[in-house]
Amino acid sequence: MPRPIPVPDEVSKPFWDACNEQRLIIQNCKSCDRMQYPPEKLCASCGSIEDLDWVEVSGKGRINGYAVVYDSRIRLWQTEQPYNIAVVELHEDPTITFFSNLAGVTVDDVPVGSEVQVHFEETENGQKIHEWHLVN
Amino acid sequence: MVVTQNAPASMYRGVEGLGIWEHRGKVAAVGIGHSPTARRWDERTETSIGAWSLLALRNAIEDAGVSPDQVDGLVVVPAATTGDQWSPRPVPEDFANTYQLTDNTNDGLTAMSADWIIKNMPELSNLDFAMHAPGCMSNAIVVAAQAVGDGLTNTCLVLKTWNNLSGRYGHGAGANALDLSPGSAQWTHPWGWGAAALSYAYNFDQYCRKYGGNHDMMAPFIVNNRRNGLMMPEGFWYQHRPEPLTVEDYLASRWVAKPANLFDCDIPIQIAVAYLFTTPDRAKDMKQPPVYIMNHATTRPKVRGSVQTLDQVEASTDSTAKKLYEGSGYSPSDIHLENCYEGYSLFHQYYLEALQWHGVQRGEALQFYGGDIRVEGPHPISSSGGNAGSGRTRTWMHTDSIQQLQGRAGDRQVKIKAETAVSGGPTPGSGDFTIWSKNPD
Repeated sequence: MPRPIPVPDEVSKPFWDACNEQRLIIQNCKSCDRMQYPPEKLCASCGSIEDLDWVEVSGKGRINGYAVVYDSRIRLWQTEQPYNIAVVELHEDPTITFFSNLAGVTVDDVPVGSEVQVHFEETENGQKIHEWHLVN
Repeated sequence: MVVTQNAPASMYRGVEGLGIWEHRGKVAAVGIGHSPTARRWDERTETSIGAWSLLALRNAIEDAGVSPDQVDGLVVVPAATTGDQWSPRPVPEDFANTYQLTDNTNDGLTAMSADWIIKNMPELSNLDFAMHAPGCMSNAIVVAAQAVGDGLTNTCLVLKTWNNLSGRYGHGAGANALDLSPGSAQWTHPWGWGAAALSYAYNFDQYCRKYGGNHDMMAPFIVNNRRNGLMMPEGFWYQHRPEPLTVEDYLASRWVAKPANLFDCDIPIQIAVAYLFTTPDRAKDMKQPPVYIMNHATTRPKVRGSVQTLDQVEASTDSTAKKLYEGSGYSPSDIHLENCYEGYSLFHQYYLEALQWHGVQRGEALQFYGGDIRVEGPHPISSSGGNAGSGRTRTWMHTDSIQQLQGRAGDRQVKIKAETAVSGGPTPGSGDFTIWSKNPD
């Protein structure tokens, strides 16, 4: 199915560019030693701009829960219903979480607690997005 | 033209460690005013939120037993639509001929400013304080309480309205209809994160894994809320669809975002609701017994990931409870009634457990729902019936708390001692909360 395609902006462009290079990078405040995702203009903790940079992470994660969408508000997803949407916590910092549809996993049979690894999927205009798959 | 400003951050008690609220017991709710309810706006002038706001405000004034010229303050929630705005459609001619308009062509239709009220309620001849509270009624109550306590106003009206246009707002429309996802949607839409109750369904899944339990165990709470709602004459279900809900109805309902089904979501409606707050001294001369505000608290955490996890939601509610108890001087055993928002029912347990209402600890709420939670019983949780019971206003919790403590909750009047209550919302992760008491001490 065609997914909605993310549109990079001034803040997020480095992130999406890295996805195109098959790298997962996370915004990090050097002053607070604190990651944040999605990226923001300022550090949400100290308000710094200049101390924000990007760190590349392992792409390892763990599924910490999920839901099954039966009535999506998003037009492109409505033909896919019902579909899994899992929440993945990052190995380096479990408070950093991502969404995943876990392709190949049966609807409503998501193995919560399982380890996952990031991969990158190309959308219709060539922009890659970060997705996750189970680690065998 | 005067443009009312949003309440400054200083009016909210948003951090722990502030101690007893400086105005504890020195602000009182006295009057309550409701408009009728409707499922949708029928686009007539007389059922617009402008018209219904004036009606609700006048009802609150009448209920309190004051004259309009005694009112000197007004706090309004400017957001007033369940989803869509009226513009770019032209302002209806009859509406334009009936009311004084502001520069905002949605004002009185799908938005509500204090300025619109001031223009159209000339009897408020001594008004010298107006402020907007961005959010829900829970936010406006906090702002009005602080304003009265600070002496910015002595007799203050508080207003929240909801317009509900036809259609499923945001459903496959607007940003949700696009092939491209700019702005915040770039972090959600590529994975299909966009459905009613979705984050709360995810949290509930986590909750059941952490503590045990399942979605079926929500049924007694939902059924009881409808039962209470059918004893709320001001509510939508009472007025338009007086249909009891059964456990079987609940369990058979369609999934929206499993484990959240349709009955886990409150029904959007059209309404205006107003309260009148004043000082204890002024309250002595009014028609209704005062209900004192003992503290208010606000929680707005900084979310770091894509969505609040269960741990983060529980931390938010723990912080809310700590601030509420700290500022009121109360402990869990002092709170008789609990009326936090439950319009997505799957998050109500987080408030309940953080507040330790009637002794409920983390992970115990689903079992608790299976006990006697009727208003006639020992644990009348959500005695308003909430928003599942009366339609989405995020106000029933406050109305009921005031009415119960005044002893005029009608068929919903609880049998247990009812001298204190807590109400608030909208979400456990972020919201504004109030503790009420029959006594100021």
